Amino acid sequence: MDSVFSHVVQAPEDPILGVTVAYNKDNSPAKLNLGVGAYRTEEGKPVVLDVVRKAEQILVSDSKRVKEYLPIVGLAEFNKLSAKLILGADSPAIQENRVTTVQCLSGTGSLRVGGEFLGRHYHERTIYIPQPTWGNHPKVFTLAGLSVKYYRYYDPSTRGLDFQGLLEDLSSAPSGAVVLLHACAHNPTGVDPTPEQWEQIRQLIRSKQLLPFFDSAYQGFASGSLDADAQSVRSFVADGGECLVAQSYAKNMGLYGERVGALSIVCKSADVASRVESQLKLVIRPMYSNPPIHGASIVATILKDSDMYHAWTIELKAMADRIISMRHQLFEALKARGTPGDWSHIIKQIGMFTFTGLNSEQVAFMTKEYHIYLTSDGRISMAGLSSKTVPHLADAIHAAVTKAS
Amino acid sequence: MAMAGRSGLVAGRRFFLGGSSGSCTWMRGLSSWWKNVEPAPKDPILGVTEAFLSDPSPDKVNVGVGAYRDDNGKPVVLECVREAERRIAGSANMEYLPMGGSVKMVEETLKLAYGEDSVFLKDKRVAAVQALSGTGACRLFADFQRRFRPESQIYIPVPTWANHHNIWRDAHVPQQTYHYYHAESRGLDFSALMDDVKNAPNGSFFLLHACAHNPTGVDPTEEQWREISQLIKAKGHFPFFDMAYQGFASGDPERDAKSIRIFLEDGHAIGIAQSYAKNMGLYGQRVGCLSVLCEDEKQAVVVKSQLQQLARPMYSNPPLHGALIVTTILSDPDLKQLWLKEVKMMADRIIGMRAALRENLENLGSTLSWKHITNQIGMFCYSGMTPEQVDRLTKEFHIYMTRNGRISMAGVTTGNVGYLANAIHEVTKSG
Repeated sequence: MDSVFSHVVQAPEDPILGVTVAYNKDNSPAKLNLGVGAYRTEEGKPVVLDVVRKAEQILVSDSKRVKEYLPIVGLAEFNKLSAKLILGADSPAIQENRVTTVQCLSGTGSLRVGGEFLGRHYHERTIYIPQPTWGNHPKVFTLAGLSVKYYRYYDPSTRGLDFQGLLEDLSSAPSGAVVLLHACAHNPTGVDPTPEQWEQIRQLIRSKQLLPFFDSAYQGFASGSLDADAQSVRSFVADGGECLVAQSYAKNMGLYGERVGALSIVCKSADVASRVESQLKLVIRPMYSNPPIHGASIVATILKDSDMYHAWTIELKAMADRIISMRHQLFEALKARGTPGDWSHIIKQIGMFTFTGLNSEQVAFMTKEYHIYLTSDGRISMAGLSSKTVPHLADAIHAAVTKAS
Repeated sequence: MAMAGRSGLVAGRRFFLGGSSGSCTWMRGLSSWWKNVEPAPKDPILGVTEAFLSDPSPDKVNVGVGAYRDDNGKPVVLECVREAERRIAGSANMEYLPMGGSVKMVEETLKLAYGEDSVFLKDKRVAAVQALSGTGACRLFADFQRRFRPESQIYIPVPTWANHHNIWRDAHVPQQTYHYYHAESRGLDFSALMDDVKNAPNGSFFLLHACAHNPTGVDPTEEQWREISQLIKAKGHFPFFDMAYQGFASGDPERDAKSIRIFLEDGHAIGIAQSYAKNMGLYGQRVGCLSVLCEDEKQAVVVKSQLQQLARPMYSNPPLHGALIVTTILSDPDLKQLWLKEVKMMADRIIGMRAALRENLENLGSTLSWKHITNQIGMFCYSGMTPEQVDRLTKEFHIYMTRNGRISMAGVTTGNVGYLANAIHEVTKSG
């Protein structure tokens, strides 16, 4: 039989997920996976939060629960609670019914649905994304029908924010262009603007009538405080303007594979928000009809119960604190080895990832000689480190940096 | 430079100009980006349930959306599913699935469609990924078709599940239709169907409902399937099967896959969208599978890699929970047996309700023919009622169904079948 698809060529491995594939094939007992951003314990094990297990039990023991389709926009309770989580319980935008929130498939799904909506209904088809950004961002927005441009973000010479470059690039964007902003814990660099810098960014964006689209994948995970990590988003909403926010519960509730997230669009009026919601449904229905129920039910169970919510904030802070501790341990280990270079960015950057500044040859060397797996841009997932493995990583970095090129 | 641990630094501070109420003075003059956004029309199918829920009448009947109900009109969670969930809770972690989903779930799912001992599975010729139920499987295929056969069109039967048109439209694949339902006989318009297959340009893509056609319940006979297969082969068309009701139609999953097996025997390279929404009652879990039969193992690896490329910018990887339920059930022989028993029970109840509805109408003295109610198969009955008659059913009798006259037999019970028959008789007897 002849296939009509015989001309199809093999797709390249996903650069991020491909790291885990390679890691799994390695037989070395010293191997270390610092690729994908999934949290690990000190023992290197994946974690299901206690409060999530508790929510699971509540759900499975409730014999009245059924498995019916959710509405296209998802679980209503989940949507309301998610909006409050990111925007603040007392947000005037919520009180004025100006926010439409739809359940989507984690951060990816929220970005895609938001992008498709913009591609159909927004007058500007260009989205500005930071350089660098999560590898999947450009694909998501391109398939959504937008054209992708970059704004300067990371400065390799300081391993920090290229603030001047950012302001220049956004200043020269056409009025109305969409701007993707990482709400906190920028992926892959871990470099976030300071509050003062955020304020300048906000003023620039509003003065040029650019449309902000926040990707919030790490709320609570970055600093350990849900409110602090939402400040960038909240300051934009406080000024009365419109924006989009994609939320993910993959990391902060450890619900990775359950694909739980939400897209919120903050509008000028309740009437507009309701029309926008009706159009979001038309994007969703031909994509997957309605979102999966399980993960959203877990989230709603936790967020609406004050004891469980409180228990969650404690577990979340513990994860954030462990990562911060790994940063300090790695920094100290490199200092102790006298590894050449300034490694302070390891403790200045925030969130799950550190942009080490290592180049692709150094990365390849570390993988080959030390069985350490990370993406070729030099990004390491701090969540994959433990006190036991920090020395091995420090040795590898030291060797990579000091070896003759 | 951002500092780690900046909690408390910005709490309560405001950065904007003027205005004690909290919003920027100069922002108020600007209008919304979205002021030109039109309100979208309500989804014709899901809108029916919304209307039903708002109706206060105690007599109301919902025969709109295709979700199974027991004889008390209650939604059902299968016993095998409850048991699977008990085993899963507390035991599995929630890590990301691979982009292509749960390998084990896909393996078991392919066995259902292709046959347990299928040579194609042994030879690893099937490219397959876990998908977001039937909708997600169709959409991934439509996107794949657009990307790799951009010159192709999809032929969609008339009528079909309304969302099929939306799916291929959003994937930017041009659509054509082919004759399917024959209104006078309330059966299959076989000769017109074959004409359309013949007249379509060689190499067109045809969407086929594997069994229990939605919304008509009219399926080709085995002999008709064989003829359709031969003609499609002669024309070099690509057959894409949407199989949302395997097991649910006749009660026997093997029997319900007959159309697919015929095409496989005839040597077609097919695609299949499978769903567990109805046959495992996993509606809201969004579990399904998309598969594409390839020339060889090498090509299957290639095609799968490309399907993953389409899934990654849509949702990265598919949801875990539903896949765990399916895998738990299908890989445990006892649970699998229980599932087969429960599927048969659901199918039998529906077959029983078809007989009851027809009998009731005939006993009421209706002069119209209602044998299509028992000739048709699966969840839906295409009653032949007009939109006006349907509107009367809703207004006068609080009976909710889609305006194309499609009755979801799953919503019919021994408790409401008499009421339903009476109402149908009332609105059809003069016409």
